[in-house]
Amino acid sequence: MKRRRQTREINYVPPVKQEIRQTKRAGGDFIDKLLAYRDAHVFALFFSLGRLLRSPFNTLMTLAVLTVAIAIAAGFQLLVINLQPLSGSLETSAQLSVFLKNHISDADAKKLAETIRQNPDVSDVTVIGKDQALADFKSYSGFGDAIEALGTNPLPVVITVLPADNIKKQAQLEPLQHALQQLDSVDAVQVDTLWVERLQSIIALIEKSLGTVNALLAVAALFIAGNTIRQELHSRRQEVIIAKLIGATNGFIQRPFLYAGLWLGFVSGVLAWFVVTVLMLLLWHSIESVLRLYGGSFHLLFFSVADTLKLIGLSTTLGVLASWAVLQYQLRYAVPE
Amino acid sequence: MLKFERVSKRYHETGEVLTDISFQLKAGEIAFLTGHSGAGKSTLLKLIGVMERCSQGDIWLDGENLCQAKQRQLPFIRRKMGFIYQDYKLLQDRTIFDNVALPLIIAGFSYQEVLRKVRAALEKVSLTGKEKKYPYALSGGEQQRVGIARAIVNRPPIIIADEPTGNLDPDLALEIMNLFVSFQQLGVTVLIATHDISLIDKMNHRVLKLSQGRLVSG
Repeated sequence: MKRRRQTREINYVPPVKQEIRQTKRAGGDFIDKLLAYRDAHVFALFFSLGRLLRSPFNTLMTLAVLTVAIAIAAGFQLLVINLQPLSGSLETSAQLSVFLKNHISDADAKKLAETIRQNPDVSDVTVIGKDQALADFKSYSGFGDAIEALGTNPLPVVITVLPADNIKKQAQLEPLQHALQQLDSVDAVQVDTLWVERLQSIIALIEKSLGTVNALLAVAALFIAGNTIRQELHSRRQEVIIAKLIGATNGFIQRPFLYAGLWLGFVSGVLAWFVVTVLMLLLWHSIESVLRLYGGSFHLLFFSVADTLKLIGLSTTLGVLASWAVLQYQLRYAVPE
Repeated sequence: MLKFERVSKRYHETGEVLTDISFQLKAGEIAFLTGHSGAGKSTLLKLIGVMERCSQGDIWLDGENLCQAKQRQLPFIRRKMGFIYQDYKLLQDRTIFDNVALPLIIAGFSYQEVLRKVRAALEKVSLTGKEKKYPYALSGGEQQRVGIARAIVNRPPIIIADEPTGNLDPDLALEIMNLFVSFQQLGVTVLIATHDISLIDKMNHRVLKLSQGRLVSG
């Protein structure tokens, strides 16, 4: 009784200080207060979970929609993560096609190929003889009959040159291209990088649109989570008003709703991770076989631990943010009458 | 403890509801607020709870001016009052214990203290043993006593009751009134709004009478 009177007397101070005093007023020492505060948070955490579980259908619907939105964003992100190393390795997979002069025979070409192989900038060479070139042309172009009408084989011998691994940029290819051009029996040298450039620009486009698409999906997720919190707030309006009448601060009233947002965001983040990972596992073989067509050894990348934490952290933040935004707007209208 | 100084309340739609109200309640005093429906009883109580703001004048509670209080101070001001309502305003989906514990949880008491204080409050209103029941399982009189326990659990210096016996039969009403008198004897200021004249006559305490928004006696 004595303590109560004492604290009441020092209550006429600015509100900020009063907040601190309030914890004092409730009795007990600082550690006690801290523990009570922690208990209140733990209580709100599980109380909000209980509330969500009490309307399972509603919660499930929200989680499903949230999960889809987050999974699309996460899947898109994963696509880019997988494309990045792909575009890097494609850059080096550029090869040079060396067209020899028409009178050079297959045998001479083979000798020339061996000399080219000695060049330190070259990792591999393949000779495509006149006959093989003709056969390839017939099967791929569909102009086989037209070629036959000529009577002779107009195709030159081609040596495909694969640059050494340390050549990564097209600019680095130029000296090699130049050196090959200087050889007597060489007619022309062509660098096959155009298609790589095209692919790279497509990947760049996907990466650029990623930000916009993910921002849109985040906004959608905010509205979905926010709407659920709004409904929850509406169904507990009476409770909010009673709590306000008894002297609850906005912070106290908001706490369980913020935790509800946290749960929604967290659970949908975890679910989205599973959805994307399961989809990846299902598509694994077909994706890997497509990637293998482009040569080299590509491995499908899954979410790393850091990516996973980032995904769940972001979705949880979204849930809390949505809840907070709705509360800022709605609590103004839940005033005691 | 509570002091009204020339307080008026005007609404845009209905005009002046309270005009020039001045009175003072000392610490540990008990008073009835009475008057016909529409005389301004509810409005006066709402001004004390700062659910409405005064148009003019000042209301002093424990040295603080309620008419000038900032929005963010309101929770702390309300913790100094125990409000009791005609319709009890209990949370139907929480147990009696949880209902009574709410003001303590809001104020940030530790669990042990909450336990101790809730038990003490329930004992005071003779509801020991009903902690785990839900409000709908109790009679009207019992529910009102839960409301009273919630109002007194944080030991506020003033208790304000709005028609606390409006839904109760005369015997129960008298029992509830006697409960308020017992609080007053402990040094708590009590203000009870009621139109139950026969009950007021029986109690023989100070009466503040409102008529058409003016204080006509008290």
